Amino acid sequence: MQTRKERFYGEIFRTSKISSTKEPQWLKDLRSTAFSFFNEVGFPSVEDEEWKYTNVAPIVKEIFRYDNPKLGRKTTSFLAEIASKFTFEETRKSFLLFLNGRFRPDFSDFQALEAVKIASFGEAFEDAELEKVLQNKLNSLVDYKKNGFTALNTAFIEDGLLLIIPKGKVIESPIQLIFLTENELVAFPRCLILMEESSEATLIESYYRNEEGKYFTNAVIEISLANEAKLKNYRIQRESHNAFHITTSYAEIHRGSIYDSTNITLGGKLSRHDVGVIFKAENGQAFVDGLYLVSGEQHADTHSVIDHIFPNCLSRQNYKGIVDGKARAVFNGKVFVREGAYGTDARQSNKNLLLSNEARVDTKPQLEIFNDDVRCSHGATVGQLEEEEIFYLVSRGLRRTLAENLLTYGFAEEIVNKIEIDSLKSQIDKALLNRLKASL
Amino acid sequence: MLLKIENLHAGISGRQIIKGLNLNVEKGQIHAIMGPNGSGKSTLAKVLAGHPSYEVTEGRILYEGKNLLEMQPDERAREGIFMAFQYPVEIPGVSNSQFLRLAYNEKMKHIGREELDPIEFNELLREKAKLVQMAPDFLKRSVNEGFSGGEKKRNEILQMAILKPKLAILDETDSGLDIDALRIVAEGVNKLRNSENAIILITHYQRLLNYIEPDYVHVLTDGKIIRSGTKELAIELEEKGYDWLKTNAASKG
Repeated sequence: MQTRKERFYGEIFRTSKISSTKEPQWLKDLRSTAFSFFNEVGFPSVEDEEWKYTNVAPIVKEIFRYDNPKLGRKTTSFLAEIASKFTFEETRKSFLLFLNGRFRPDFSDFQALEAVKIASFGEAFEDAELEKVLQNKLNSLVDYKKNGFTALNTAFIEDGLLLIIPKGKVIESPIQLIFLTENELVAFPRCLILMEESSEATLIESYYRNEEGKYFTNAVIEISLANEAKLKNYRIQRESHNAFHITTSYAEIHRGSIYDSTNITLGGKLSRHDVGVIFKAENGQAFVDGLYLVSGEQHADTHSVIDHIFPNCLSRQNYKGIVDGKARAVFNGKVFVREGAYGTDARQSNKNLLLSNEARVDTKPQLEIFNDDVRCSHGATVGQLEEEEIFYLVSRGLRRTLAENLLTYGFAEEIVNKIEIDSLKSQIDKALLNRLKASL
Repeated sequence: MLLKIENLHAGISGRQIIKGLNLNVEKGQIHAIMGPNGSGKSTLAKVLAGHPSYEVTEGRILYEGKNLLEMQPDERAREGIFMAFQYPVEIPGVSNSQFLRLAYNEKMKHIGREELDPIEFNELLREKAKLVQMAPDFLKRSVNEGFSGGEKKRNEILQMAILKPKLAILDETDSGLDIDALRIVAEGVNKLRNSENAIILITHYQRLLNYIEPDYVHVLTDGKIIRSGTKELAIELEEKGYDWLKTNAASKG
């Protein structure tokens, strides 16, 4: 039997349509198959092992509005507002805006990205070659069958973003994707990012709040790195503390390519990031690091999968968590080393700081090795600040609370220090100092 | 009198380590406290700094006439007490200069002086860093993280130079230092000594006292000072070992 909620998605599904008149048949088919699948499985429940610690009932309960793309609201001054509020000095001419899930070239500025192929899905369908790319790659890294959320996102594919870094190109300007969802709305951003052979780029995936309201962002990001490509991927999630956020992002890595991602989670009432890396050839490297800082009644879940299918690949994962108030964090990190993936070098670490008695962390590193010739390690800790460290700072005249806040900030900095874009790093620094009341 | 310790009994986790210690320190003096491992030297340092794990069971400590044991460790620091750690703690993610500026400004606030902004403070810091021959690069790095033993100890003395304590307790600052590092640290300390401050040097070996000349030497065994003298006592001790004094004290008693 369908829940009221699922009927709601059925109603909006009937109205959803790509802005292009040329929606290809294969996409129509994919979308309706995905929607049927959603109708079949519904939203995940805590009975599902993958969702054991994250109860999505608050999302299921909510009725959101669905934005009609034809309304085309917003004025040109909106572009200037976006630029000043959400971009960085380094991305003023290289940002792409997603408004309520749809890529809006009209509210983006990518003058500095001439070498990059940028197209909304609608635009891509006007070009036979790009359409072919979409048909081949879309849904190939994140299968709609993964769960109800990925199925819904796929069912609602409209004006997603196709971004291609051509062969051999090194893109100097960081490319910033800005995702904004307005209050009361549900949004389904979708991106396909293709790094061609030996290309290099930096991607900032930023989920911001324009208003402090209740809304739901359900994104899917598919990334492919061809041989010898390099991508630095910063993901900043600063949604409203009343908002729901689900992102599923998977990257496939081919021979000798390097994927380096840093995932910062600060916002959202209930958020989940499913992140995956699949080695599709030898000698790839993946760095998947993250920091989640939650307080109040926030809930943040990270589920990661690193899949070593081919030999001689390296993966490093360093996730840190700071959990305060009644907040709850979940980290589940799976590392697979398949038969034949000899010479694998995989490390995973998840360290958590609990700042209050009511805060909670569920951490579960999982290493599954089907091969002998590997170097693997993993570890997880949940703890409080070290008394010796506090005493050291206090013995220099710092008040205890300041010492504690400073240590907590230092704990987070190991991850933040990875950020190589100055103004992004300083924005995160400021947010942390503010949240942790560690005046520096 | 800057510091007056009377009949101090203290320990950790219910174990008595200091068993009736008396010590008077005046401004301008350097006191060396020597003794074998486990005699209570480091416990004394930690009790003075206010480490929360150590418990004072008897006796009292007056610092500038005030009851030191009633003061929180951060308050003691702002009032001018400084302990150079035997094992300085690494604080990843917090830069040396950020940390030192916070500590410096807390103290300035406390004594009613003007706080320094990062630019002003960095000038001061760079100047003081020369004292311990520390490259400016170290100031940007996380506190003690990845520092060698010698670098950590130099960093302690740098902190001392910034905070200008009235009473500095150097807890085995010489341990683990090669001769060059020892000289740098000792020269730093010598430049910081003046008629307005006092230093308690805690050490196992006489070696440090070749570089920093004490006014008094005290020998601590089993939680008590069993002998006090001048720097000659340290030399005698180096020749004859601690056992000589222990038997000596026993036969006297």
